[in-house]
Amino acid sequence: MRYHTPTTFEDAAQLAAQAKGLTRFLAGGTDVLVQMRAGMVQPDDLIDLKKIAGVAEITATDDGGWRIGVAVPGIALGAHEGLCADWPGVVEGMELVGSTQIQGRATLTGNLCNGSPAADSVPGLVAAGASVEITGPDGTRNVPVEEIPVSPGKTALKAGELISAILLPPRGQNAGDAYLRFIPRTEMDIAVVGSAVSLRLDGDTVTEARVALGAVAPTVKLVPEAAEAIIGTTLDEAALEALAKAASAACSPIDDKRGTVAFRTEVAGVLTKRAALIAKARAKGDTA
Amino acid sequence: MAKDEFKEFKLVGTRPDRPDGLDKVTGRARYGADISAPGMLWAAVLRSPHAHARIVRIDTSKAEALTGVKAVITRADFPTGLTGEDWNLQENTMAGERALYDGHAVAAVAATSKLRAEEAVRLIEVEYEVLPHVIDVDDAIKPDAPVIREGAADATVPEGMPPNVVRYMEFGRGDVEAGFAEADLVMEKTYKTEATHQGYIEPHACMGQLGADGKGEMWVCTQGQWFIRKMCTAVLGLETSQLRVTPSEIGGGFGGKTTIFMEPLSLALSKKAGGKPVKLVMSRSDVLRATGPTASASMDVKIGMKKDGTITGARAEFRMQGGAFPGSPVDMALYCCFAPYKLKNVEHVGYDVLANRPKCAAYRAPGSPMGAFAVESLLDEMCRELGVDPLDMRLKNAVREGDTASYGPKYGSIGLVETLEATKAHPNLSIPLGPNQGRGIAAGYWFNHNGETSVSLAISEDGTAQVSVGTPDIGGSRASIALMTAETLGIPYEDVRVNVVETGALGVNEPTHGSRATFASGKAAVVAAGHAITEMCRRAANEWGIDPEAVEWVDGAAQPAGDNAGKFPPMTIAEIAGKMGSTGGPISGHHESVPDGVGASFGCHVVDVEVDPETGRTTILRYLVVQDAGRAIHPAYVEGQYQGGAAQGIGWALNEAYIYGEDGRLQNSVFLDYRVPVASDLPMIDTVIVEVPNPGHPYGVRGVGETGITPPLPAIANAIQEATGARLCELPMSPPKVLAAIKAKGG
Amino acid sequence: MSKVHVTTSVNGDEVEFLADPRETLLDCLRDHIGLTGSKEGCGTGDCGACSVTLDGTLVCSCLVLGVEADGKRVETIEGMADGAELHPLQRKFIEHAALQCGFCTPGILVAAKKLLETNPNPTEEEIRYWLAGNLCRCTGYDKIIRAVMDAAAELRQEAA
Repeated sequence: MRYHTPTTFEDAAQLAAQAKGLTRFLAGGTDVLVQMRAGMVQPDDLIDLKKIAGVAEITATDDGGWRIGVAVPGIALGAHEGLCADWPGVVEGMELVGSTQIQGRATLTGNLCNGSPAADSVPGLVAAGASVEITGPDGTRNVPVEEIPVSPGKTALKAGELISAILLPPRGQNAGDAYLRFIPRTEMDIAVVGSAVSLRLDGDTVTEARVALGAVAPTVKLVPEAAEAIIGTTLDEAALEALAKAASAACSPIDDKRGTVAFRTEVAGVLTKRAALIAKARAKGDTA
Repeated sequence: MAKDEFKEFKLVGTRPDRPDGLDKVTGRARYGADISAPGMLWAAVLRSPHAHARIVRIDTSKAEALTGVKAVITRADFPTGLTGEDWNLQENTMAGERALYDGHAVAAVAATSKLRAEEAVRLIEVEYEVLPHVIDVDDAIKPDAPVIREGAADATVPEGMPPNVVRYMEFGRGDVEAGFAEADLVMEKTYKTEATHQGYIEPHACMGQLGADGKGEMWVCTQGQWFIRKMCTAVLGLETSQLRVTPSEIGGGFGGKTTIFMEPLSLALSKKAGGKPVKLVMSRSDVLRATGPTASASMDVKIGMKKDGTITGARAEFRMQGGAFPGSPVDMALYCCFAPYKLKNVEHVGYDVLANRPKCAAYRAPGSPMGAFAVESLLDEMCRELGVDPLDMRLKNAVREGDTASYGPKYGSIGLVETLEATKAHPNLSIPLGPNQGRGIAAGYWFNHNGETSVSLAISEDGTAQVSVGTPDIGGSRASIALMTAETLGIPYEDVRVNVVETGALGVNEPTHGSRATFASGKAAVVAAGHAITEMCRRAANEWGIDPEAVEWVDGAAQPAGDNAGKFPPMTIAEIAGKMGSTGGPISGHHESVPDGVGASFGCHVVDVEVDPETGRTTILRYLVVQDAGRAIHPAYVEGQYQGGAAQGIGWALNEAYIYGEDGRLQNSVFLDYRVPVASDLPMIDTVIVEVPNPGHPYGVRGVGETGITPPLPAIANAIQEATGARLCELPMSPPKVLAAIKAKGG
Repeated sequence: MSKVHVTTSVNGDEVEFLADPRETLLDCLRDHIGLTGSKEGCGTGDCGACSVTLDGTLVCSCLVLGVEADGKRVETIEGMADGAELHPLQRKFIEHAALQCGFCTPGILVAAKKLLETNPNPTEEEIRYWLAGNLCRCTGYDKIIRAVMDAAAELRQEAA
């Protein structure tokens, strides 16, 4: 295996485009190293992105959003006051990935590119309306996060392409987001169900909403029907019931070692209700 | 238990720092994988991806051709003609004609680096003919199940039993049908438990060296170096005494490191590689696929009870699979399941069944947790039905000294009643519960064990003492043995060094298993110390010119007694030791025996849970362990055993399980999905050490390691019923199962 | 297969080794420079027995490549005591009997030290969640949590 440390995304893309065998990009490494260890992946070329300038930085964008470098570990997201104030749901999704130790390495970009339907940080990004900047041999392009995963373990990135930043839109006023996941233990598990809600209020009424679910379909899923169930409501009992129903209806999960179809479908509704209430409280200024 | 029955002890019952503490907090302690040797090779093992397959052909030529590869072995490199358990061990070490479970070793490589060995393993080509497999015990016992091995059944199995039944037992007394007829309530249910793994954090690791002359050495993490020696030499056809086995520090075992899994491979590779030492370290996935686990069980229990809680009759029929080899602990499960209760009419039936799973190993009170899950769950339901307090019911039926155990023998001194009374008096029982919360109670039992024991003690020139024991220190036994030795010799705790020694240094010792280290090695050390004391008294008597019978040992010194009392000043151990070279030579003491006087240990646990009615997730709010220790030599490590046992039981109850796919492959062979409890899953675990001293041990020790894993399984099931109204009869009680049970009862 | 020359600082000492790029930092610590205090319990970042700090960040050394340590500072269990003087956490672990087999202990101590540097006064719950990535199979965690709380109290007293 050859180990590369390019200093620009263009060089990284070139290396990947020219590589003949199996290539992996290395940011936090918390998925790649596990796959290498298990013998699932034996890369011929490993391209470490951490020597590229700016990859460990979180910067405010001109439009009032955020640009998050591909090697920013979870621990740095949680320590960033501005980001936590704007997108607590995105941050808490990332912070649920693994242990304190994993948080020292794991990144949003890696979690997204691993392509798992259960990736904890992805529903929050999708609900937030985040996009990614992709650098490839032909330059850069921006793509909504929900378009990146295409099936378990597969992404829409083409050969030689890599994500060069994650972009969060401006949060704006009277808005909040939240992510909840269900795991059998309290920590250290892969989500059995994940649900993220981002919404904006006018008074007590929801004016905008995005709902995304994880681990209930082959990819993390944006669920417009769930958002519609609460837009125009005050999240009263009836709206919450409709929200839960819409979330459950959007599920097409599998039975596996982590959960059953019936359980995932049911709990998707439960979590979405709970996440919506947290998002609402945050929109009203609750910082918890 | 009356306090005044206790002798006053200076050291026993105190909590000094453990002797190996410094090494273990600084990273200096050397575990199985921490040692290397000049010229050492690294090994890697190729394992079957199939649950059951005929091995048609193995081609190792590409692996052998790789630079740096020094040896490749398959079953063809092992001696033939083994029988019985020796054959089982050999077959489990390396598959012969068939791979019998996912993870079964089929070939192994030794090379100049770990990475090179792994590369070589990937170059080995194996052609398999996949055969039908069976995983679940209830499927495996069917008459038409895939046959794991013809002729594996022993003489206990009657003609006409299904082919995978390899051992059968029935025993009991009285007339259970008459007992049921006497009852006001008879209930019968079926319970299932899934296999769990011991889950020690240290993967198996060893470094083996074997020359063409048949002489070998091994460094290995094990609970029992003599077992490793006996089993490795049997599997490889060596003379037992020619292999010298040194135990490393051990990173947990819980029964799982009392046997061999891959250790002979390092020796066989070493021999083939010209005697170079070979290091072999399992990955976590290897550990979960190919070592341990415990058995899975399917159990029918029927009990009759009077309105006042008296048990009138009890019947248990247990089916257990312990993998592709005989040896599930179905016998132990049956012995333990009714052990807390005084029963006139009781019947036990057991089936040991083969399935395409790894060969089970002992796991903390082997069998007892499964049996307790079934019996203690049913008793709880019956108490609810009859409106009887579950602790009062247990007290009413509790066995006492002199009672005949459900499985036959007569109990000596036991502390079940004291344990139940201490439970009843505990403040946790009066804490009010909120909505969706429930409290569960269950009892548990373990025999405890003696086993072959050999200990040697020597007095050093400065009057300190060294004790050589053969039982690896897995949770503080150096401290407890040092305390008892120092107490006996009348010297400071710090003046005793307890060494866990290699097989060349002592006679045969059984492993640290059966909760025996502090009981058996401790008892032997006390006897050995007594021998040294006798000799020291003799040396003093010689010097004083008096009869040795007229010398007594007090506070670490010989002093004249009887008529001679006060005639000479006491002669301290340091004074005697300082001149031992000129008074007759080294002073030591030995003891070899299978010590009698084992004392059984009963426990009772109380757990409070809260269940989320919308997700089925169970949170442990508080947990209480009450258990009879006999006497706690080092109470902090006794508490540690209680807490650790409870935590493992909680894991087994809620989330741990072997999960197999349709293809018979283990799906959760990493800690991510084999869900042992993490720190945030558990509350503090309250403990009460009941002390009903065991008269069979000089300091009253019973053995405390195992009972604690038994009650959590039923206690949590009982608490979940109280919290939700739903009764779970199948483990693990994971959120999907609990939620489904809540929904099924219309919650 | 060419190896990479790595220069790094381990417990304050400059260390050089040749790493195959596939080797983890844990492999390099244990097999190349003889620091076997960091343990491998899983190799997948799930058990925490290999915990070290890398430029001050708590990580699993099994999830870092050896080559990534080039130019960085690594702190392991072997560097925790100040010469012969144990860190208060090490002392409290012995005093509280917070270890049984001791295999997870180095990783837990390294992780707990980082916790107390980050949060000198953690609650029981904060300690439990911080250490959720450090599996202990022997103790049920009770005495570990108590030892960390006691060490934290002592460190606060020293600081006051």
